[in-house]
Amino acid sequence: MMAEPLISARNIKKYFDVAGGKLKAVDGISFDIYPKETFGLVGESGCGKSTAGRTIVRLYEPTDGELIFNGINIFKLSRKEMQEARRDFQMIFQDPYASLNPRMTVEDIVAEPLDIHHAYKNKSERSDRVIELLRLVGLNEEHAMRFPHEFSGGQRQRIGIARALALKPKFIICDEPISALDVSIQAQVVNLLKELQEELGLTYMFIAHDLSMVRYISDRVGVMYLGHLMELAKSDELYSNPVHPYTRALLSAIPIPNPDIQRNRKRIMLEGDVPSPINPREGCTFVDRCQYAVERCRQETPLFEEKSAEHFVACHIV
Amino acid sequence: MENVLEVKNLQISFKTFFGEVEAVRGITFSVGKKETVAIVGESGCGKSVTAGGIMQLLPMPPAFFKGGEILFNGENLLEKSEKQMQGIRGNKISMVFQDPMTSLNPTMKIGYQIVEGLMKHNKMSREAAIKKSVEMLELVAVPQPEKRINQYPHEFSGGMRQRVMIALAMACNPQLLIADEPTTALDVTVQAQILELMKKLQNQLGMSIILITHDLGIVADMSDRVVVMYAGQILEVGLTHEIFASPKHPYTRKLLASVPRLDMNREERLHSIEGTPPDLYAPPKGCSFYDRCSEAMKICKDNMPGFDERSRTHQSRCWLNHPMAQKRNSMNGRGI
Repeated sequence: MMAEPLISARNIKKYFDVAGGKLKAVDGISFDIYPKETFGLVGESGCGKSTAGRTIVRLYEPTDGELIFNGINIFKLSRKEMQEARRDFQMIFQDPYASLNPRMTVEDIVAEPLDIHHAYKNKSERSDRVIELLRLVGLNEEHAMRFPHEFSGGQRQRIGIARALALKPKFIICDEPISALDVSIQAQVVNLLKELQEELGLTYMFIAHDLSMVRYISDRVGVMYLGHLMELAKSDELYSNPVHPYTRALLSAIPIPNPDIQRNRKRIMLEGDVPSPINPREGCTFVDRCQYAVERCRQETPLFEEKSAEHFVACHIV
Repeated sequence: MENVLEVKNLQISFKTFFGEVEAVRGITFSVGKKETVAIVGESGCGKSVTAGGIMQLLPMPPAFFKGGEILFNGENLLEKSEKQMQGIRGNKISMVFQDPMTSLNPTMKIGYQIVEGLMKHNKMSREAAIKKSVEMLELVAVPQPEKRINQYPHEFSGGMRQRVMIALAMACNPQLLIADEPTTALDVTVQAQILELMKKLQNQLGMSIILITHDLGIVADMSDRVVVMYAGQILEVGLTHEIFASPKHPYTRKLLASVPRLDMNREERLHSIEGTPPDLYAPPKGCSFYDRCSEAMKICKDNMPGFDERSRTHQSRCWLNHPMAQKRNSMNGRGI
């Protein structure tokens, strides 16, 4: 592909200790993210996509693996070095109601990263920067002295985006940034994210369960299931030519807002539910719900391999 | 078609500390036999309040009916006593709620929760009701139903719990099922299972469904007719293919254009609707979509448009549809 990757994740694992054993939320995922692209990560609830995002910024301490950013392994950095490195790593959260401190004004919320990193010389520089950021996300300076409860969900998400942009990061992880918003507001926020990307040359990792939105915003997409990456390809390739049985089922399950198409489609129905990630067995995690499963799928975990150009799949039978 | 339900000029308000919120402002629609009617709209548009109003499950006060009537098989539900409503609720009209985690009683075995309704409404003996509960769970494809009826809600996954909710709602063979965002809390693969199940049961048992959702994909999949709500009013109503193929109201058009489709070019920009819905403490005098409408005219600000009655199936509330309105030539295929 193009250039060097901005981020290389290798075999990232995050296990949690729970009663009854180890919960393997993320169990060895590897991928690259290139500069100025949007990497989408999709999967159903409990598949580990949010944990993967949080592990990458080290909000969770990784269990294993390495994350190379600008040639440095982020997972090896000390606490102090990490704080410095975080300037380049920001995060936008799912819930615009829970991720803003209700007791702080918008100005203080947006300026908090600047405060922590001593990124201004005097007060007026601080407030100038805040106003600049608010304008960037489509709010204005009058909003600076207000509190989060005075804003709608979409506006709050804009405040969260302004805060994430404060330190001029290179890389932003968007963890379900629009799933709490109404359809018409979702489009506003997605358009804003796209504009900002072009203007500021940002790289995104976009985590979501809304597959049509992920296709729309992402250049490449990875599909997760129970802690593993199942398939990864360019967005158009993945949606037009899905290879993994899980990806196929997932895509066929999205209802298309067009009655003529929707009513004439064949759905691949998956039986049952996602199994528990606590002490998973050897073998492919999807085996119990897969209609193509063979004996080998139960014995050994399939490797995540490049089956055709830039199209990675973890499956024995393709 | 014979109508099971007719809602006429229904108005529901809430009394609050800050004044009166007019959540539902005079809506009229009907649901035919074996028909699925989808109510779509964004949060706060009054769709769930409408459902709660039909079931009379709204907390009163603060809620109160300001006017209108709800005719179920020709009888006005608003004139029924609470005791009479108890005989209808769960028996003739059932409801499936959005969140299966909170709408089942966590302290009761799920078998008992189904049996309870059957014994009350159908005067069944305990044994017969248990047998019927097992059958219902089988019908909604819960594996090992004999074992499962003795378990508590927390022992079920989200999808299984929603199946239990549906079994519970269907147990008394209702004429009308109100499903309020039945799959919003579920994953897409499980959502597909539940929607298929609802279709299958509707075919088998022949009930009518009011499906409340914000997901236009689900609407395209499930409904016969669509009611589009905004700020407590109905802006457009029509057959599903009419709404998707030739929406008449600017709001419907914009709503359809703001969701990404899988067949859409990635370079295309999503059409967002700028601004936010109006405040229902002081609803606007004119068209409620006026502030956000890119095609708004002078008349829209202070004058509420009526429904145009030219089509029997497809009506919208917009001045642009007035026979004397100037033809719009700015429209491209999707009308943006």
